[in-house]
Amino acid sequence: MAMAALRREGRRFAPLISPRPITAVRSSPIVPTHEDEGPIGVRYISTQVVRNRMKSVKNIQKITKAMKMVAASKLRAVQTKAENSRGLWQPFTALLGDLPSVDVKKNVVVTISSDKGLCGGINSTSVKISKGIYKLNSGPEKETKYVILGEKAKAQLVRDSKKDIELIITELQKNPLSYTQVSVLADEILKNVEYDALRIVFNKFHSVVSFVPTVSTVLSPEIVERESESGGKLGELDSYEVEGGETKGEILQNLAEFQFSCVMFNAVLENACSEQGARMSAMDSSSRNAGDMLDRLTLTYNRTRQASITTELIEIISGASALEG
Amino acid sequence: MLRRASMLLACRPILAARARPFSTDLPAAPSADATFTEAWTKVIPNMDPPKTPLSFMQPRPPTPSSIPSKLTVNFVLPYASELATKEVDMVIVPATTGQMGVLPGHVATIAELKPGVLSVHEGSEMTKYFVSSGFVFIHANSFADIIAVEAVPLDRLDVNLVQKGLAEFTSKLSSATTDLEKAEAQIGIDVHSALNSALTG
Repeated sequence: MAMAALRREGRRFAPLISPRPITAVRSSPIVPTHEDEGPIGVRYISTQVVRNRMKSVKNIQKITKAMKMVAASKLRAVQTKAENSRGLWQPFTALLGDLPSVDVKKNVVVTISSDKGLCGGINSTSVKISKGIYKLNSGPEKETKYVILGEKAKAQLVRDSKKDIELIITELQKNPLSYTQVSVLADEILKNVEYDALRIVFNKFHSVVSFVPTVSTVLSPEIVERESESGGKLGELDSYEVEGGETKGEILQNLAEFQFSCVMFNAVLENACSEQGARMSAMDSSSRNAGDMLDRLTLTYNRTRQASITTELIEIISGASALEG
Repeated sequence: MLRRASMLLACRPILAARARPFSTDLPAAPSADATFTEAWTKVIPNMDPPKTPLSFMQPRPPTPSSIPSKLTVNFVLPYASELATKEVDMVIVPATTGQMGVLPGHVATIAELKPGVLSVHEGSEMTKYFVSSGFVFIHANSFADIIAVEAVPLDRLDVNLVQKGLAEFTSKLSSATTDLEKAEAQIGIDVHSALNSALTG
């Protein structure tokens, strides 16, 4: 038995590159089998290759399971923060309403995405929505610019909209997310970019399996004035007394900046939650796929092994019967 | 295609059913969304339009004809909602023009806050917080939204650290050269002296 095994190994290492079509293993076309021709045209199939493949698939399964656990623990940490910050943007929407269909000259689309990959389709969704908003707001005398947060959106948008990108910010999640960090970021954006309306595109976290792409609109103080004067949604804004400050415009300016930083904070947290949730489900489905692949490979391996044992037995028996008879 | 058609016909109920809302998020019936959704589906027919914040907010009650007895207060911070739709008798907010008392039926106001003490009066009890700064919106329907960047109950403040901070920023102001440094030192002084008066007064 040992001799037969050694003989098999010896034969395998000789001609590994076989130009003959692979018909030995019928069920799994993924397994490249190496054939060695025996003296009578009997084919030996090597189990080594299948075993190697099984080992690598098992390792991948372990890694993806671990990544899922890591994403789950990170999600738990960010989720409490995101849920606590949900009350932050509601007063602004209650006061100023939400006008995604506002018609302005200078639009700025702030796309929030992740830095790391392997998180399912959320980054592509954000980029598609951003491009959709760009298209929606394109017209004569109108211009739309991008501000990108995160590597993944940068990679996608740099390809075709390079000239429209104003600002790119990456490595947002190196330190735990805090309001101070986000307000510094918001300050940078407001200083460097001229805007009439800022549209923040992010994935809102509903549950571990559901992320809704959302767009929040923040208007500049001039547009707020214009809309409140023309009546409509913001018409009631005029009825509000403005305390303090020299002019109403000054307070509205501060209000717009504060609103932007609050909405950004919530958006960044929600996007981080969605990223971890998407990564959890992506890694979960990939471990499940790896498990399926492993099952199929195990069956192939057993079949291969049994076939080689059978061939060996046949050899021995036919040799013995040839000697006798 | 059928899904899009049905969505165009009846946006709200279907969105609500599919959105799986949290108990804290309730779908409203916004009209701005309709124009946006229509414009979106015209330009980009293959994708669902993104949601907007209005669909995640609880709608506010309209202005009642008579003055309600209680003021509903939402006091939010970036990391927590201190008070969420709590019914109180009165709040005193530190606006830039001075301490402002807000009672039910107050005229609709937008006010910016300066560092100072916020007190919430409910029956006989009074809770005091020191707020760093923020905004307060008082709506005509006796809803008050207070948004602050940082707020702490007064008993969490340490007197010694406040004195030290005040001294430090005063010295920084005298040694400041650029306008930016002067402004930063001035802000530090304002906050610390407000802290001081909050603790002593």
